[in-house]
Amino acid sequence: MGDLKLPEIDYGALAPMLILFGVACVGVLLEVFIPRKSRNVVQLTMTLLGVAAALTVLIINRNTRIVTIGGAVAFDGPTIFLQGAILVLGGVSLLLIGERSVEAGGAFVAQAAVVVGSDKDSKQSTGQPGLTEVYPLAAFALGGMLLFVAANDLLTMFVALEVFSLPLYLLCALARRRRLLSQEAALKYFLLGSYASAFFLFGVALLYGYSGGVQLSVIHAAVDNPQHSQLLLYGGLGLVAIGLLFKSALAPFHVWTPDVYQGAPTPITAFMAACTKVAAFGALLRVLYVAFEGVRWDFQPVLGTVAVLTMFVGAVLAVTQTDMKRLLAYSSIANAGYLMVGVLALNDAGLESTMLYLVAYGFSVLAAFAIVSLVRDSEGEATHLSRWAGIGRKSPLLAGVFTLILLAFAGIPLTSGFTAKFAVFGAAYEGGQIWLVVFGVISSMLIAFPYLRVVVLMWQSEPSESTPAVSIPGFLTAAALGIGVLVTIGLGVYPSPLIDLTREASHFVR
Amino acid sequence: MEPVDYAPATGVLSSIWLLVAIPLVSAAILLLLGKRADKWGHWLGVLAVASSFVLGLIFFIKLGGLSAEHRSAQLSLFDFIDVGTFKVDFGLLFDPLSGVFVLLITGVGSLIHLYAVGYMEHDPGRRRFFAYFNLFVAAMLLLVLGNNYVMLYFGWEGVGVASYLLISFWYTRPSAATAGKKAFLMNRVGDAGLAIGVFLMFSTVGSTQYDKVFSGVTSMSATTVLVIGLLLLLGAAGKSGQFPLQAWLPDAMEGPTPVSALIHAATMVTAGVYLIARSNPIFTANETLQLVVVSVGALTLLIGCIIGAAKDDIKRVLAWSTVSQIGYMFLGVGLGGAAYALAIVHLLAHGFFKANMFLGAGSVMHGMHDQVDIRRFGALAKPMRITWITFATGWLAIIGIPPLSGFFSKEPIIAAAFERETTWQAWTFGLAALIGAGLTAFYMTRLFVLTFHGPARWTEENKHPHESPAIMTIPLILLAIGSVAAGWVMSTSVPDWLTPVFGEEQAEVTGVLSHTVITILSLVVTVLGAGLAWAMFRRGTALEPEPAGIVVTAARRNLYTDAFNEAVFERPGIYLTRALVYLDNKGIDGLVNGLAAGVGGGSGRLRRLQTGFVRSYALSMLTGAMLVVGAFLAIQLGWLA
Repeated sequence: MGDLKLPEIDYGALAPMLILFGVACVGVLLEVFIPRKSRNVVQLTMTLLGVAAALTVLIINRNTRIVTIGGAVAFDGPTIFLQGAILVLGGVSLLLIGERSVEAGGAFVAQAAVVVGSDKDSKQSTGQPGLTEVYPLAAFALGGMLLFVAANDLLTMFVALEVFSLPLYLLCALARRRRLLSQEAALKYFLLGSYASAFFLFGVALLYGYSGGVQLSVIHAAVDNPQHSQLLLYGGLGLVAIGLLFKSALAPFHVWTPDVYQGAPTPITAFMAACTKVAAFGALLRVLYVAFEGVRWDFQPVLGTVAVLTMFVGAVLAVTQTDMKRLLAYSSIANAGYLMVGVLALNDAGLESTMLYLVAYGFSVLAAFAIVSLVRDSEGEATHLSRWAGIGRKSPLLAGVFTLILLAFAGIPLTSGFTAKFAVFGAAYEGGQIWLVVFGVISSMLIAFPYLRVVVLMWQSEPSESTPAVSIPGFLTAAALGIGVLVTIGLGVYPSPLIDLTREASHFVR
Repeated sequence: MEPVDYAPATGVLSSIWLLVAIPLVSAAILLLLGKRADKWGHWLGVLAVASSFVLGLIFFIKLGGLSAEHRSAQLSLFDFIDVGTFKVDFGLLFDPLSGVFVLLITGVGSLIHLYAVGYMEHDPGRRRFFAYFNLFVAAMLLLVLGNNYVMLYFGWEGVGVASYLLISFWYTRPSAATAGKKAFLMNRVGDAGLAIGVFLMFSTVGSTQYDKVFSGVTSMSATTVLVIGLLLLLGAAGKSGQFPLQAWLPDAMEGPTPVSALIHAATMVTAGVYLIARSNPIFTANETLQLVVVSVGALTLLIGCIIGAAKDDIKRVLAWSTVSQIGYMFLGVGLGGAAYALAIVHLLAHGFFKANMFLGAGSVMHGMHDQVDIRRFGALAKPMRITWITFATGWLAIIGIPPLSGFFSKEPIIAAAFERETTWQAWTFGLAALIGAGLTAFYMTRLFVLTFHGPARWTEENKHPHESPAIMTIPLILLAIGSVAAGWVMSTSVPDWLTPVFGEEQAEVTGVLSHTVITILSLVVTVLGAGLAWAMFRRGTALEPEPAGIVVTAARRNLYTDAFNEAVFERPGIYLTRALVYLDNKGIDGLVNGLAAGVGGGSGRLRRLQTGFVRSYALSMLTGAMLVVGAFLAIQLGWLA
């Protein structure tokens, strides 16, 4: 055993993940030791501090470029940028998760195991403090996402995928109201997620057979210098891609999205829409750009078709939605399509613009779900579109902010949506993918309709008896909403600092 | 043509941006503070313009201290536009020409602001009025201070906005709202011309900065110069109410009288003259262009006189008189050479006496319950002593009685018209200017006599006319002094002062008539016109319009120019929009609605795939997976590639 050589480990590069996993473990312990009353404050503070610490370490190490821990983790420009994005968006999501004043006890169930419809259930729904296990779960998910975008071999990537997916399945099941819907969403997400993971894992096996390794650099080398049947390569590429397309909610692997977004507690929906998207696209970028660079003109048309299909499914289905959360889910699907257009530019601009889009969309979608969590009546959130009619008359400020966010989604100039869309379409154009740009613009026009319909509904309709009152946002929701809106405007008016950041971060190490 | 070169701003002159900034900030404060500023807002407005005037005076003196060849100060504040090869500085230029304009705008502007404090005293919107007024002054100063055509255009549109807001200031009156719209639309026609002209400059010279454009004129083809010049002329005609875009200016009198005095008489409407004078290297470079400018000027000055003689609304008479006087200025700048400076002298002198008369008209209206019909005035000399005397100076100045200012500013333009090189042109334009002088004397005397002399024809509710308060009469007195003295002072100093801008005065040209003959002729026609009017209207006039001959009827209807515009532009325009609306409803909307219905239907059908059952979701994923992997394998096996 003397000749077993331990791999070199750069703890600085791993520190952000280690910090978050540590915080998560401590959080589990705290559940036992801290009295119920003060748990929420302590857990929230500690998780936020953990995120802040991880972000600080990341910023300190921003100039490191290294492949460490035996080739399992690559710490390079995209990793740092995407980890930073996940941490910042995650921090803002935690503010939404920590909100306890909009609804008494918060958005999460007090006891997950109560029977739906029982006396206990109706009792818990009227103000018992919500579960605080959500914080360690969120911290585990965040840590997993950080690893997911940094994973430099397919097995590590798979582990990271499971590490961040499992907490999310649980979190989806923890809504305080509409328990059945929430549990159903979690179960669907879990079943389909496992199904997709199986595809991913099978793909990894094929690729191992093809290249003799699971590291992305090994696959890259094998693509350049094939030793085995190309069938193994394309089969493996297709199956691995399916696993990632599922997480990114690209058609036809998007089917879970509306149901899960609708059923999950709104802060968790926001968290998934912002952070999961960054993580999934981060991994997709790395796999496609690093491992399969050599066959990029082969996968480009196939995945391009997927992107076009996604944009149109998202846009067309958004037209007839009647539930605000489902509408935003389809919007998120369409946005995944636009992101894919950026990815498939397959040049530096494509990488840069996709990362820019992820950040821009993340902040806007957080603000959107923050607003959804505020429009409520005694039954909880009033998400049916008819309930939003005339809300502009009752609460002009909130409706104004939501209008701004919707305009950003529609890609109107002076909002981040325009900057981001312009960047991805520009990159694709530069990369010669004009057909993707054409379809992207057409679907953008289509999806402007449902957004504008909501705007018209909010402002032009008379408020009715059933128009819900808008809750006064607590400090945490207000902060999250404020950050989201500021970034949405800021990136629309003055995007160059972030664009410069993406430029600096546009090189993968292999 | 030697290259144009401006000296950079140094010392005190590097703060010329303050001239624009002060009224702009004041306007912003007045608009943003809203009702809170109602009590003191008007004084802030006056103070802002007055400080700009004092600063302008300091800069002007400083500029005068520089040697003639370096008498300019160019200041680049920041990059305004920087896209590819298109670069525009936010740059200012303070030279002899912009200097005299700054003094006119802020000097006359201060007096009119002061007057407006009294005039608008009982108006609930006084603060808003002063905010717009300050905004106008800022934009006008930017217009004359810019060092490139984009800055000029910026200011040009700024004064357009302010003018629109102020014409429609009493927006609840339909006539004011319509007049605002009319001014806005007709100005758009001119502004489009100016904009295209600026585009063309950029595409030929690669810059819009004055020095670079002027230095590049020599390298342009004659056609390019002509086209650019005509486009600039279109812009100038729109802003200055010249033929064929003159119709908006008289209607603009719907605004409060101080607005008519400052914007639609003294300053903004002279922007077109400024534009041509500033672009003198372009206009001098093409003789056809100059001929067009001269023709526009001569035609407009006659149109203005003829219509002015048939109007009964005191402000409209003055408005048509403004149209006519600006015609003289266009005539001057069109003649070129030494006449550039003459036109500027007339512009400055006109600024004084026309502002004086507009404010006088305002004072009359103030004392007569906003009556504007001169048939309903008469015998006001006694109850309104000060207004009478100040108005009299304005009247004598505009008709050109020596030694008042109009004589020194207008007569040389008439003489210069007779000095054109081609004989037929000299006779045509000289006689037009001369006849114009006679007509001016006629209609202005008519206005003066009907207002202040003859029997009183007041209506029942206006039995007690009274003089205006001191805050209104003091500006009147100061402007009257200007009307008396300004002409002589400026005709001796301004041409020399402007030499760095327009070049050395050429050798004396002998025209078809000698200068003395022209002077005597113009005095004779003036006295004839005035005497005729005095004789006709000394005993008053009928209270209702009487049937009249063909000329008077035509003049009362603005020489049918409105009818022409309606028939040639408005009606076809309406038909065009109707046709487009029809096409839009039937064709485009049909297509759009059809598409929308298609998408909606598709959406409804696709929705059914979202069953909510995990099994069907898994099935769709499996199908997708088979398609994706199948496609990859197909590529590999060469089926697709």
